[in-house]
Amino acid sequence: MSRREFLRLTAGVSACAAFRLGAASAPAREAPRAAFRLGYLSDTHLGAGGDRFLRAMRKAVDDLNAQDPRPEFVLFGGDLSAHGARAELELGKQVLAELRSPVRLVAGEHDVQSDQGEAWQRLFGPPSYGFDHAGVHFIALDTATFRVGEAQRAWLAKELAALPRSTPLVVFTHAPLFHYKPAWGFDVADADAVLALLQPFERVTVLHGHTQQLLCHRIGNIDFHGLLSTAWPLPYPPNEVPKLTVQMSRPEPFDPFDGCGDGQLLVRPSGAVDVIHNLWDRDPITVTARYLSSAGEVDRPPAPAEEAY
Amino acid sequence: MALTGTALFPALALAATSGAAALEALPRVERATETPLYAFALADAGPGSDAAAVLGQRLYVDRRLSSDGSVSCDGCHLTYQAFADNGHAEGVHHSPLHRAPPTLFNAMFNATQFWDGRVATLEQQARGPLLNPTEMGNASEAALVARLTEVEEYREAFPRVFGRALSFEDVIAALTAYERRLIGLDAPFDRFIAGDDRALDASAKRGWALFNGRGRCIGCHAYSPANPFFTDQRFHNLGIAAQRTDLRARARQLQALAPAALDRAALSGEDLAELGRFLVTEHPADIGGFKTPTLRNVAMTDPYMHDGSLATLWDVLDHYNKGGTPNPYLDGAIQRLGLSESEIEDLIAFLESLTSDQFSARERPRFYYQRKAAQRRRPERDPDAATGRRGDRGDALPAPVDRSPATLGAF
Repeated sequence: MSRREFLRLTAGVSACAAFRLGAASAPAREAPRAAFRLGYLSDTHLGAGGDRFLRAMRKAVDDLNAQDPRPEFVLFGGDLSAHGARAELELGKQVLAELRSPVRLVAGEHDVQSDQGEAWQRLFGPPSYGFDHAGVHFIALDTATFRVGEAQRAWLAKELAALPRSTPLVVFTHAPLFHYKPAWGFDVADADAVLALLQPFERVTVLHGHTQQLLCHRIGNIDFHGLLSTAWPLPYPPNEVPKLTVQMSRPEPFDPFDGCGDGQLLVRPSGAVDVIHNLWDRDPITVTARYLSSAGEVDRPPAPAEEAY
Repeated sequence: MALTGTALFPALALAATSGAAALEALPRVERATETPLYAFALADAGPGSDAAAVLGQRLYVDRRLSSDGSVSCDGCHLTYQAFADNGHAEGVHHSPLHRAPPTLFNAMFNATQFWDGRVATLEQQARGPLLNPTEMGNASEAALVARLTEVEEYREAFPRVFGRALSFEDVIAALTAYERRLIGLDAPFDRFIAGDDRALDASAKRGWALFNGRGRCIGCHAYSPANPFFTDQRFHNLGIAAQRTDLRARARQLQALAPAALDRAALSGEDLAELGRFLVTEHPADIGGFKTPTLRNVAMTDPYMHDGSLATLWDVLDHYNKGGTPNPYLDGAIQRLGLSESEIEDLIAFLESLTSDQFSARERPRFYYQRKAAQRRRPERDPDAATGRRGDRGDALPAPVDRSPATLGAF
């Protein structure tokens, strides 16, 4: 981004609004109610790509603000910044403040690469946390080092111990919580141990950034959805794409936004989560919970006209 | 199949036998009938298609095809303007049109017809204006047939050409047989690509390099020897429709409409029509998208864009140079270009090299006036946005390589 743009945007950082929803609510459970919508954006990589990534992030913010009804809150899937520089993170916080919905974030490996996450935590708070919303329990896990680690797993076990097994869980992370393509860093080393903690729950949805492509998967009763990046799409590994994923086609080389986007999450009263990927310059793609739970029998997302890449 | 001028236009025969207005008086479109394009495109046109084309040309310029006798095909798709409009096109009873009539030249190679691509063939296209209440205003097929049957020339010609009495279907067949003759790849640029290094001047060659490079034109105005029409045959949102229309609000409004109301909306005066391709597909990706038009003869098909809202090529280049008009559905490829004035001149010199030889005598004076108009007025020009000094309209590509293939000469 240009220095001029940067200065303009960071001028109001210190005054910017609080990010989190109110403190994570007490164990008192709300009953599930009508379906509600959340927004998502992910992997904005501010600080690289010239002005383009900043422009793309604002495009996503504009999309999410225009959604009707407005998202109850917005999940950010990590890698707000490209190099973890404090200025990049502050700029990102400033742009996120333009959202008319509250934001919940996780950190990505780029966000912490300069200072082990010190700047990120100063701006956005603890990297892992849980909260209730409309009868669904949300858990943010820090996977910026591609492992959850013993301490965080212990915290997670404690967090889950208080919950009835029927509570719908939505877990969000940066790296995918399964061994997708470890050689490419599409992995969390101790994912199996984390999934073992989640498996007893009846309905679990894991949302992750990092892979920057249309991606979905199911292990046992756990649904996985990869989030689109606003900055650039990543190609698929040759042999490791989960069977349920309907791959997106190669982006147009002349269209820097193609293959990128933002999205919505439709959380049903049952706790089932449908993900609507808002691909810029393409039609939206909906991946329903029914599609995953039926092992692809129903609600299959449309295949793109062109070959995957 | 080598079509000669007389084989293509046995015009004298028709005129002599019909005794009607002499067909020789009609404009003759000169053709390179020996070119491979003609052989390729019209080899299977079928027996009798030449006679049908002659009859079609007669119909093409006949105002009696409209309900009030005021509008011919030629009234909007002007023969003298490479079969495009001149900005003054209007329908019956001086009805305003909401979309600019695109050129019919090489239209047979279009994958879809109309700015929103709602039909595929020339036959389907020709029905549209004939029966549209604000264009040629015929209440029905039968009404047109009845009116044309009153004309002695047609009463005689249709049975001779088609072997049966005048019918709506054969009117369409004659018109489209004529339209299929309106083809050509005979511009200076074609000679350049074929190996004549002198066919383009230095400025046009620089323009061709920019067209492929920093101007990024070729991303949508695709050109290859196999697809020589400078279009990707697809639909893009450039922000033209967004200049006067809130696309997000209109799309919401439309998604609430019944499918039948959708069709009517496409040609209504309401700004729903500005949703473009979305009216046809209802795909959100198509909101505000219009077909990439051919660039052949573009120097003489002003005014430009789907609504004829840009008067000169300078306006068009200025629009692209500043990165279009921001809107939520803007095609991602539309980003500021950062072109200098001399680069814009080079691109326009290149675009002028796409004028077919058969039109060049008409193009030069018309383009002269366009250039004069651009010297007086450049409403789209915004160098600060184009160069990124102001606003946020995208990243221009880095400086071009010095040794572009176009400046190395033809090979």
